[in-house]
Amino acid sequence: MKRVVVLGATSAIAQHVARLYAEQGASLFLVARNPDRLAAVAADALTRGATQVETAVLDLDDLGAHQRLFDAAEAALGPPDIVLVAHGVLGSREAGPEEAPAILRTDLVSPTSLLLHAARRMEIRRAGTLAGISSVAGDRGRAANPVYGAAKAGLTALLSALRQRLSPSGVSVLTVKPGFVNTPMTAHLPAMPFAVGPDRVAKDIVRALERGADVVYTPAIWRLIMLVVRVLPERLFKKLSF
Amino acid sequence: MFESWGRYPKATQTVVPLAWRSDALPAASQPVLAVGQGRSYGDVCLNDGGMVLPTGGLDRFISFDEKSGVVRCEAGMTFADLISFALPRGYFVPVVPGTQIVSVGGAIANDIHGKNHARAGCFGRHVRWLELLRSDGERKECVPGDPLFAATVAGLGLTGLITAAEIQLVPVSGPFVVEQTVPFRTLDEFFEIDAGSRDFEYTVAWIDAFSREVRGIYHRGDHSQRPGRAAPARPPRDVPLDLPSFVLSAPAVRAFNALVALKGRLGKKQRETDVRSFFFPLDRIGRWNRIYGERGFFQFQCVVPTRDNVRDLLGRVRISGQGSFLAVLKTFGDVPSPGLLSFPRPGITLTLDFANRGPETLRLLGELEAVVCAASGALYPAKDATMSARTFAASYPRLAEFERFVDPGFSSSFWRRVARA
Repeated sequence: MKRVVVLGATSAIAQHVARLYAEQGASLFLVARNPDRLAAVAADALTRGATQVETAVLDLDDLGAHQRLFDAAEAALGPPDIVLVAHGVLGSREAGPEEAPAILRTDLVSPTSLLLHAARRMEIRRAGTLAGISSVAGDRGRAANPVYGAAKAGLTALLSALRQRLSPSGVSVLTVKPGFVNTPMTAHLPAMPFAVGPDRVAKDIVRALERGADVVYTPAIWRLIMLVVRVLPERLFKKLSF
Repeated sequence: MFESWGRYPKATQTVVPLAWRSDALPAASQPVLAVGQGRSYGDVCLNDGGMVLPTGGLDRFISFDEKSGVVRCEAGMTFADLISFALPRGYFVPVVPGTQIVSVGGAIANDIHGKNHARAGCFGRHVRWLELLRSDGERKECVPGDPLFAATVAGLGLTGLITAAEIQLVPVSGPFVVEQTVPFRTLDEFFEIDAGSRDFEYTVAWIDAFSREVRGIYHRGDHSQRPGRAAPARPPRDVPLDLPSFVLSAPAVRAFNALVALKGRLGKKQRETDVRSFFFPLDRIGRWNRIYGERGFFQFQCVVPTRDNVRDLLGRVRISGQGSFLAVLKTFGDVPSPGLLSFPRPGITLTLDFANRGPETLRLLGELEAVVCAASGALYPAKDATMSARTFAASYPRLAEFERFVDPGFSSSFWRRVARA
């Protein structure tokens, strides 16, 4: 059975990924900040059929704890088959210089540290799959969410680099690029184009992991949309308001 | 905008979705109301001018005991998810309504009933434990026998937020139901067939409300002994838009009902069917409430003691010319209901849909309400948008007892309407 480490396990997408692996009977190591929420996700996974569920309460912004975290995960489950980095904060259009460092820390610095730790271990073992939840927002910076977009662009670049580095070792790296995702927290907002639920995103992620895919846009229509968005000349792009 | 399934009345309310059972209630200056899947028809799931708390994010399992079939889950869990979980493990939900798109919390708060009412009673009878979060921040665990439990079951969400519940599932061999359909041409025939169907777990009849002699089709069934795996649930096909009103004109509805009756006339039939198509045929059409257009519709569900009451009600509906796609007729058993405000009681329950045509529809509903009252029957809050405070008080004799348990931080459009007295 698969051994899966989920970092940021209480995020809506991560919860649904954990559910799908739990239903397959996987062993899970779940990490999140809030102990009550983490316990709820863990109980759900165990009830759905996970073989084993271990948890660690940790603020993933605490970079100094990352090494020990992977030690703990390995001690609990054995070497993981999959490490999914799923934590993040959304940021906003208005995020200024005061907010930016915290957003970058959570959305880029912390995932970078975690992915490099996990990469080192998998490289030595010559086995495993790394996955990071980036975003279509990282494909091109937009005024709608500048700092978030910058962080996700960095994360996308890192995942791409790791994929190249780890390819000779037989370790695959998946970049996940969700479009708009409806979560309980966005249910009251106006409907977004091509928005899907976190359950659908999770299904796409698990399928991509099983295929050993490199990059997954979810839903798939975003691959096409972002292709167009990326090739727009700056001269035109800067005048757009989406 | 958050609407009830009947899309009437319209309400303006702040929507604050819940995501975690362990979180405190959102700070609110107005009364709040938890809402599940919004499948109640009238205004029990609305809180005009207040705040509603959708519970869809509270959809986690807490524990399951494979041996006893006892499951504990958060209150926003839908029956669809619960059934998908239970069936492969050899269990089924003990009482299910006509759609699986309802939440566990909503099923408790409305103390829903199903086709097996005569045997199993209401859903609340199968709830072994629940957790209630009150507006003062206190969490209360309730079990059957507690006064707060009896108030919360069928308590319309007014006793606090139901965050989690424990349910006793029932063992089944597989995902199939053996179903018999028996056509009938008169109300008396319906009662004959009904009396002869005591050995069936599930019974219900669809009737053509336009027919003079009350023709219809009696459905009865039992879980099949045949093991197997359920076909994966197909995603429903949504009604794409609000339909124009001529779709529901009397001739169109008549033609539709006649067609269904014709199909049934071919005589008694038996077949084995998937649980989902037996219990939830309408779930195959997503958002079917749109066929009634933007103005919405009323569902009228009452329970009355005698067949003459049913005849009286149906006669008035026929004369009014305001029917109704297939109506539903069913007898309730005498299993006691657990909630102070539970709707089911011994008698016959009749369910009808009426497109909202304004005053003439309200007039008809008032007339039917008067018949039900005179017969000492009751209307079902989960379906209701119009009953008077007086009717509610008269048909729910334990109302005064219930009122003591209402959380002052909770309210609903329904509650403000019927508690006016």
